[in-house]
Amino acid sequence: METVLFILFGAIAVCGAIMVVTRKHPMASALYLILTLFAVAALFVLRQAHFLAAVQVIVYAGAVVVLFVFVIMLINVPENRLPVERATTMRVLGVLAAGIFILESAVLSRRFWMPKGPAMAVGTVETVGRALFTDYLLAFEITSVLLLAAVIGAIALAKRKI
Amino acid sequence: MIAPSAYLLLSAVLFGIGVVGVVARKNVLIILMSVELMLNGVNVAFVAAGSYLGDAAGGVFAFMVMTVAAAEAAVGLALLIALYRLKETIDITELKVLKW
Amino acid sequence: MVNGILDYLWLVPALPLLGVVLNGAVALFAERPLLLKEAGLPLPGGHGAHGHDSSHGTGHGDSHGEHHEAPAYRKLVAFIAPAVVGAAFVVALLCVLSLASRPADGRTFVQVLFPWIQAGSLLVPAALQLDPLSSVMALVVTGVGFLIHVYSVGYMSHERAFARYFVYLNLFMFAMLTLVLANNYLLMFVGWEGVGLCSYLLIGFWYEKRSASDAGKKAFIANRIGDFGVLLAMFLVFWTFGSLTYTEVFARVPLLRESGVLTTGLATAITLLLFLGATGKSAQIPLYVWLPDAMEGPTPVSALIHAATMVTAGVYMVARSSALFLLAPDTMMVVAVIGAVTAIFSATIGICQTDIKRVLAYSTVSQLGYMFLACGVGAFTAAIFHLMTHAFFKALLFLGSGSVIHALSGEQDMRKMGGLKKYVPVTFATMFAATLAIAGIPGFSGFFSKDEILWQSFSSPHGSPVLWGIGALAAGITAFYMFRLVYLTFFGESRMDPEVEKHAHESPWTMTVPLTILAVLSVAGGWVGIPAVLGGSNLFEHWLAPVFHPVAAAGAHGAAAAGAAEGAVHHSATLEIGLMALSVAIALCGIGLAYFLYRVRTGKPAEIAKKWPTLYDVVYHKYYIDEFYEWAVIRRIVNISTGLWQMFDALFIDGIVNGAAGLVRAAGDRVRRLQGGVVGGYAFSLLAGAVLLVGYILYRSVVQ
Repeated sequence: METVLFILFGAIAVCGAIMVVTRKHPMASALYLILTLFAVAALFVLRQAHFLAAVQVIVYAGAVVVLFVFVIMLINVPENRLPVERATTMRVLGVLAAGIFILESAVLSRRFWMPKGPAMAVGTVETVGRALFTDYLLAFEITSVLLLAAVIGAIALAKRKI
Repeated sequence: MIAPSAYLLLSAVLFGIGVVGVVARKNVLIILMSVELMLNGVNVAFVAAGSYLGDAAGGVFAFMVMTVAAAEAAVGLALLIALYRLKETIDITELKVLKW
Repeated sequence: MVNGILDYLWLVPALPLLGVVLNGAVALFAERPLLLKEAGLPLPGGHGAHGHDSSHGTGHGDSHGEHHEAPAYRKLVAFIAPAVVGAAFVVALLCVLSLASRPADGRTFVQVLFPWIQAGSLLVPAALQLDPLSSVMALVVTGVGFLIHVYSVGYMSHERAFARYFVYLNLFMFAMLTLVLANNYLLMFVGWEGVGLCSYLLIGFWYEKRSASDAGKKAFIANRIGDFGVLLAMFLVFWTFGSLTYTEVFARVPLLRESGVLTTGLATAITLLLFLGATGKSAQIPLYVWLPDAMEGPTPVSALIHAATMVTAGVYMVARSSALFLLAPDTMMVVAVIGAVTAIFSATIGICQTDIKRVLAYSTVSQLGYMFLACGVGAFTAAIFHLMTHAFFKALLFLGSGSVIHALSGEQDMRKMGGLKKYVPVTFATMFAATLAIAGIPGFSGFFSKDEILWQSFSSPHGSPVLWGIGALAAGITAFYMFRLVYLTFFGESRMDPEVEKHAHESPWTMTVPLTILAVLSVAGGWVGIPAVLGGSNLFEHWLAPVFHPVAAAGAHGAAAAGAAEGAVHHSATLEIGLMALSVAIALCGIGLAYFLYRVRTGKPAEIAKKWPTLYDVVYHKYYIDEFYEWAVIRRIVNISTGLWQMFDALFIDGIVNGAAGLVRAAGDRVRRLQGGVVGGYAFSLLAGAVLLVGYILYRSVVQ
């Protein structure tokens, strides 16, 4: 059952991802991105990471992609003025390099040695919350500074006149 | 029971597709979405490794990555808007004033 | 107070240093602003024009006009500068008297002021040593120095940079006293370099005159060659003896000699290097060329530094290191031969010079040659004795010539003098006494010291009749050119410019009094060393005996050294008196020849010059030694330097520097293209890096 679900959601995620990078219009990409994100959230659930799955749906699908869609509609580039994709040498090389990278990673992941420890639900509210507010408290607090900086930066950049 | 390497392979594939998007596309919006894809691919690896190793750090790292992704999207899109106002384009090859 | 006045020995060099500080303050804060203010005004000639020695000097009468507006600080300087030196002389005299009251073998007093250098086994204290040798030097330096300071007050009264002059002069006294009173080679070397510096500063005192600044540089460079030798010798001494202090070094000589560490070759190397330094400082062949040019400085400076004191430093050093020199017979021979050759060589140059100061300069070189001749034959006492008497009469001769130049408003050419006897009677009388002394007329100081040297060069084990012959001949030539000088200057018809003759006058008392005192010393100064054969007791030799004989006797060549003292025993008194008479006769011949050529047949010298034009030309041009050095050394060095500059500096060094810059430029030109500004490019390089990194990790994991 688990294997079936993994293959199903993995396939959806990969297909969605491929669609994201191949669509001409960004709006289509954004919608496929939501698909991929949901599939990944489902994969998180498979690994008992319920909390992270929820955050994935709420923050990514809910906030980030909505932001993308919002921006796409805001600037509203006409269809005919969208950049025309052309296969330059560098692009082809880049795709090849990415392919090599995937192959390398695949080979490496086969060699991944994993102890047969007690499989633990690391993505639940309890474990993540306990870890965040004990061992990773400082990192967590600094994250808030990062978000603040991002907010201020975004306002400063996007505003016409400050 | 699915082998951990299956998750890592999936992670690598998602990351690689994201990389292709970043390298091969001209549309800044799609590039930004490809970056999100890459981050998601990494998150898959983190969550899987954390759960197989029984270490909460995996979950926490995935959480941090999501935070960074949100911040990155916000700033990146703000930059995009600013640039679009300036250049009237979202073609990344047009944005090459960053040279000597 | 066990040592009484000797505990105040440090005052001897300290007092001139005090003078340097006080006069230096005056020179810096009172005189310099004044001169700078004046320099702003259109003053023709600058202050160089007011020196008497400057050949282009303005009329004397003109400079007299400025006399009354002398600023007040001049009086202060004119008091401080001689006073500190005079006080130093008094302290030195009291110290020496106190030293003399001690038993003969206890006459070495060392005063450690402070530990100076402590580095590993090298311990050098700043310490003063007063023994018979350094006491003679200290008295001569402070005594003659004091007289010359007093003289300078009169002589330099028209000089604008009055305070600066006395700063240098006091600094020289300090350095010279450090040199003679030091108790180790390193401190001596400090003084050695100090006097070299002062010599340079004072030769180039009128630095606005090209020839003066050139002469200063020449002196400095020639001395540097010698200093190099002294430095190497010091390294060798420390390497051999493990100490630089005189007493320790000389005390270790016998022990190291026995153990075979101190070989004759090593001693020869040390002493030859020391002697190289001496040839530089004391103007011997081959480094003598700077001394005649040093006459560009003010005349009192010539008297003090380039006749009486500094140039004798080499003799002092050789005498001080006598224990080492006696171990190296080869060096002794070199010293004797160089001394003798220098003596006769420069004496012959002196014959043809027309500049009054240059005659005296070559005479100085010649007399220094005598001193080295004495050192070379092991007669260190005679060398120091001649050093002392020479300091008296040569200082007097220079000061006298300065007085003549002063009277003639800066004229130095003897062809434009003559008949001065009636204008400057005191100067004439005192200079005549000095001339008699240098010519070696019996009864005058020069006679005793010169004859002592000649006798020793004949009778000592290191000596030979040839050396005696050269010395005696040089003595004859000395008598000849000195009397030529006197006849040309003071006798006969006046050949002066009428304008100059009108102003010819005797010098003020500040100049004539030192002349008179020095005249008395020139006459009587030799009486302390009347040899036994003439019924004297030779006090001087007994005074210096503790310095030279104990250390000499301790050496392996002790017998030879003792022989120098006992040389008289092996030869009869008749022989000594006979040789003495012979040398006096030669000197009288020289005087007679001078009388004949310059009083009786005044046209004869020109005839002789016409008859042997080549010979005259060569001698007149100082054997073309300067030209030879110019050709053999200086041109070579300049060529090599130019070559190095063009080949090495311009091509190699600049090539490296410019090449590096060019490389960076070229590389930048290529690398610049990587920064295309296209974001995709950056992303691609990032990806390429990641691929390579992961590939590397993969490779490592496969290999393992």
